[in-house]
Amino acid sequence: MKIAVCAKQIPDPATPYELDPEHHWIVRPDDQILDDTDRYGVEIGLQLAEASEGSVTLFSMSPAGNLQGIRQALAMGADKAVIVSDPALKGSDALVTAKVLARAIQQEGFDLVIAGTESTDGSAGVLPQQLSELLEVPALTFAKAVEHDGDTIRIHRQTPDGYDEVEATLPAVLTVTAGVVEPRYPTFKGIMQAKQKPVEQLTAADLGFDATEVGAAGSAQYVRSVTPVPARQAGEIVEDDGEAYRKILEVLEQAKVV
Amino acid sequence: MDFEFSDEQKAFRKVVREFAEAEIAPYAEEWDRTHEFPTETVLKMGELGLFGLPFPAEYGGSEADFTTLCIAIEELARVDQSMAITLEAGVGLGINPIAVYGSPEQKERWLPDLVAGRSLAAFGLTEPDAGSDAGATKTRAILDGDEWVINGSKAFITNSGTDITSLVTITARTGQDEISTIVVPADTPGLTVEPPYRKMGWHASDTHGLRFDDCRVPKENLLGERGRGFHQFLAILDDGRIAVAAMATGVLQACLEHSVAYAKERTAFGRPIGANQAIAFKCADLETMTEAARLLTYKAAWLKDQGLPFKQAAAVAKLYAAEAAVTATREATQIFGGYGFMDETPVARQYRDAKILEIGEGTNEIQRLVISRGLGLPVER
Repeated sequence: MKIAVCAKQIPDPATPYELDPEHHWIVRPDDQILDDTDRYGVEIGLQLAEASEGSVTLFSMSPAGNLQGIRQALAMGADKAVIVSDPALKGSDALVTAKVLARAIQQEGFDLVIAGTESTDGSAGVLPQQLSELLEVPALTFAKAVEHDGDTIRIHRQTPDGYDEVEATLPAVLTVTAGVVEPRYPTFKGIMQAKQKPVEQLTAADLGFDATEVGAAGSAQYVRSVTPVPARQAGEIVEDDGEAYRKILEVLEQAKVV
Repeated sequence: MDFEFSDEQKAFRKVVREFAEAEIAPYAEEWDRTHEFPTETVLKMGELGLFGLPFPAEYGGSEADFTTLCIAIEELARVDQSMAITLEAGVGLGINPIAVYGSPEQKERWLPDLVAGRSLAAFGLTEPDAGSDAGATKTRAILDGDEWVINGSKAFITNSGTDITSLVTITARTGQDEISTIVVPADTPGLTVEPPYRKMGWHASDTHGLRFDDCRVPKENLLGERGRGFHQFLAILDDGRIAVAAMATGVLQACLEHSVAYAKERTAFGRPIGANQAIAFKCADLETMTEAARLLTYKAAWLKDQGLPFKQAAAVAKLYAAEAAVTATREATQIFGGYGFMDETPVARQYRDAKILEIGEGTNEIQRLVISRGLGLPVER
């Protein structure tokens, strides 16, 4: 099975990052890491590839810079990476990003495209569905368990109350939730091998886009303003008069935790 | 001059730190309390390739340099010395003698499982009456036909009694003035693993005394040349000194991080305790010691990796880093005040654990002897 895994490099959430004041885009540092949510996609991709003697190719749209995050995924065991890196892409919205990635994936060929449910830095959560439309294949989303059998992918799709069983015939797009599998740690051997693995770098023009179709110019979506997250409010204190458990249970039920 | 680690070493340090934070740190207090050797976690360390770091790819190793091994040991020690010494002893004392002195058959038989971390090897040098004075070894091995017959005992042997221990390499007297090294498989009749010691620290590390009563192993279990045992283990211990210095560096780093965080968070008299010079200066000293220990450690590791003489540098690094670690754990415990005396406080555990760094793999006194002889002084010749 030929597996494409979308892998995003993001600024390390542990170190605060800035938005540029004019466009409110994230000012991306040179050092970016693999989005934690993508480690699950990489892991499930590797497991499916191992079971089917397939291959895993990473796809990422990323400004040039060091490829620390992509190397992290290669060190886990992915075979190669295709990076679309072009200053003209700056300011691309989710749909433009999906168009760029879809064309890169199509060019490479695929049986299955795997992505996280949403990125940690942008959190739009629409890109995988846009990919499935653009690639004209079904989308299996929010998988918390994945099974593969010949041409069929079967998943447990996470719902607020439990899960739905959903299946599709390949080719397809799959999004996985954190916790679907335990991502492996890269070994030192993996880290050394990652250095030698092919990383293909493409420009927007290589994929047949002209400058007006991508970046801020090609994007319908822009950020009008941003406001800081309000400071966290103090929690509710439940005094225990012997019946507090009822109140706590009520809150947990409302939060759909139980 | 270049003080930078390679990109791969930096990436690997991050992975080991993440592993240590997720798989070891949350349980270290419990293992310390219950004196449990966490076999499952050690097997996970094996899956991460830690035990195979410096060994050839043909046996499943990663062919990493010694510096990279030190990075892994330092990062484990930062959260738990017991797991760090399990790795350090497993690699340096367990696998290394076989990888360096083993015959092709011995390597083929033992290395794949050891390198993969599926099994552990131990090194039996110290005896009840022969520690630093290793030449006083009393354990005897006498050749009887095609077998060595071993009698004697060993003390304080790390990794010798775990569920996954496959062998112990021991030094034994094979003639009047002759010490040799022999591999004893863990299941050999006549080898008795004594109950674990009641140690002051390193509670999750596996340490036993061993007894050999007419313990028979095949003649071909001799490791390397007969009569070369003394030279072999001296060379093995030089490597080990750098690795222990790396452990001490991890301990120092832990003390520094815990102390600075606590000095900012804990308030007394209406301000963080770090606003007091008495506490702030302790933190400054911790930073200084950590930096110095790290530089000495990696300088020695670098010399070894370059194939340059490193005996003196290893002794200097081990001596300084071990003493600094003991000082640092004491000072960090002081910064934590009453909480520092509670067993579950990480610096309290580090305090109990650190003392052995001044004793194991060559005491401070032995290091000073090595260093002063290195200076050309005719001390205690």
